[in-house]
Amino acid sequence: MVHQYKLNGYNIVIDTCSGSIHSVDEAAYDIIEMYKSHSADEIANVISEKYSISKEEVFECIEDVKSLEDMGKLYCPDNFEPLANTFKERSGDVVKALCLHVSHTCNLNCSYCFASQGKYHGDRALMSFEVGKQALDFLVANSGKRRNLEVDFFGGEPLMNWDVCKKLVEYARSIEKEHNKNFRFTLTTNGVLIDDDVIEFSNKEMSNVVLSLDGRKEIHDRFRVDFAGNGSFDKIVPKFQKFVQSRNNKNYYMRGTFTHANPDFMKDIDTMLDLGFTELSMEPVVCSPNDPSALTKEDKEIVMDQYEILAKKMIKRKKAGKPFTFYHYMIDLNGGPCIYKRISGCGSGTEYMAVTPWGDLYPCHQFVGDDAFKLGDVWKGVTNKDAQNEFRSCNVYSRPECADCWAKLWCSGGCAANAYHATGSVKGIYEDGCDLFKKRMECAIMIKIAELDN
Amino acid sequence: MKRIVTLETRNLCESAKNGGCGECQTSCQSACKTSCGIANQACEKAAEKAESEK
Repeated sequence: MVHQYKLNGYNIVIDTCSGSIHSVDEAAYDIIEMYKSHSADEIANVISEKYSISKEEVFECIEDVKSLEDMGKLYCPDNFEPLANTFKERSGDVVKALCLHVSHTCNLNCSYCFASQGKYHGDRALMSFEVGKQALDFLVANSGKRRNLEVDFFGGEPLMNWDVCKKLVEYARSIEKEHNKNFRFTLTTNGVLIDDDVIEFSNKEMSNVVLSLDGRKEIHDRFRVDFAGNGSFDKIVPKFQKFVQSRNNKNYYMRGTFTHANPDFMKDIDTMLDLGFTELSMEPVVCSPNDPSALTKEDKEIVMDQYEILAKKMIKRKKAGKPFTFYHYMIDLNGGPCIYKRISGCGSGTEYMAVTPWGDLYPCHQFVGDDAFKLGDVWKGVTNKDAQNEFRSCNVYSRPECADCWAKLWCSGGCAANAYHATGSVKGIYEDGCDLFKKRMECAIMIKIAELDN
Repeated sequence: MKRIVTLETRNLCESAKNGGCGECQTSCQSACKTSCGIANQACEKAAEKAESEK
């Protein structure tokens, strides 16, 4: 499968199944488009006239296209389907990542929160050390030969249960050597409770911290308010700046959400840059289409445009020696994921699970609170095998809509939670999300091509 | 090739032979938490190799 597009003056050809990317001129772009449906003579007639080049030159380019096809770098057939279940089958019941909901409560009251202000549509609660410890024991016991184990301190607001987070890190460090494991901890926080202790401990122990900031003060303070209705921008920004500087401006993400209030999110990216942050992530809001903060069709057009502006800005800033990172434009063309990872999805419900303050297991943080998806608990393990098998069988090839999609080996079939909320099935697709994803990939690949010019 | 520049990319067919160790980062454990994309995941084997070649 071949995908062709033009962006920022570049003619780009992606060969989905080989993972090859080609930057071509106008004539080659048209030749590749016609190659499978026209004879060489037909192509030569059309292209030589259109671009005022000799037929010999066209034939030469056709030969180049043919040699790329022979090398498996163009029109590569999709032979991966038989592999789709092998990775998960081979992995068996291995678990390697947990999202620990150490706090089902929050000190902010953001109306757009997918976790209903941290409560996940249930009771407020904090995870006890005993539950957290059992979760870590469960992870180690079920991780098989996997060495790298990931644990995210999540909420609600995890800093409302900071002492337990610290104790759990200490406990994990005390057992990792004997089990030949390497824990990687991350912290996702709204910043309100960041202090010197949080900074010092996190810089020592957290491989990454995710800091929630929506950008412009008026945008941030529209949703991210305390229970008295006061905006949190002025309170958290100095803390974030101190935190990030103390981490040498690395291993963090400033993570924003854009909604109907700010589809023009580049202004928020600019604010983040002005505040000195360079590792950025902006995500579309996840909510019901009836929610007032939901993105509309008109917003989507603006967002698509913003992604292009963002890509161009990144190229410009890099040239000027002031680069910044956008999470969704990070692609590693040489060292990226293998085909098994690309076709088997995010691993929710199998190698990745969320743990509630009470020790219940869910396929991921976005399913917490929905009883139908409760998989079991950290003492008995997974007992709801039917639900788990539904997730285990999720992959690129289990979604018919993905069959003809050029981006399928970049998105891995998409987010099961988004699919479920959009269609009622974890094996559905969330079309708006797909469109935004494809746009982001087109932009990310264009940036890589632009870098060749430098 | 005069009109075509091919970027160096990981050979996905080749990765079917030696991939699937499962050590790479879980997609959602980083900055998104509300979508899925594996494009930005790094291969741990490639990272290890690069480290050992330093």
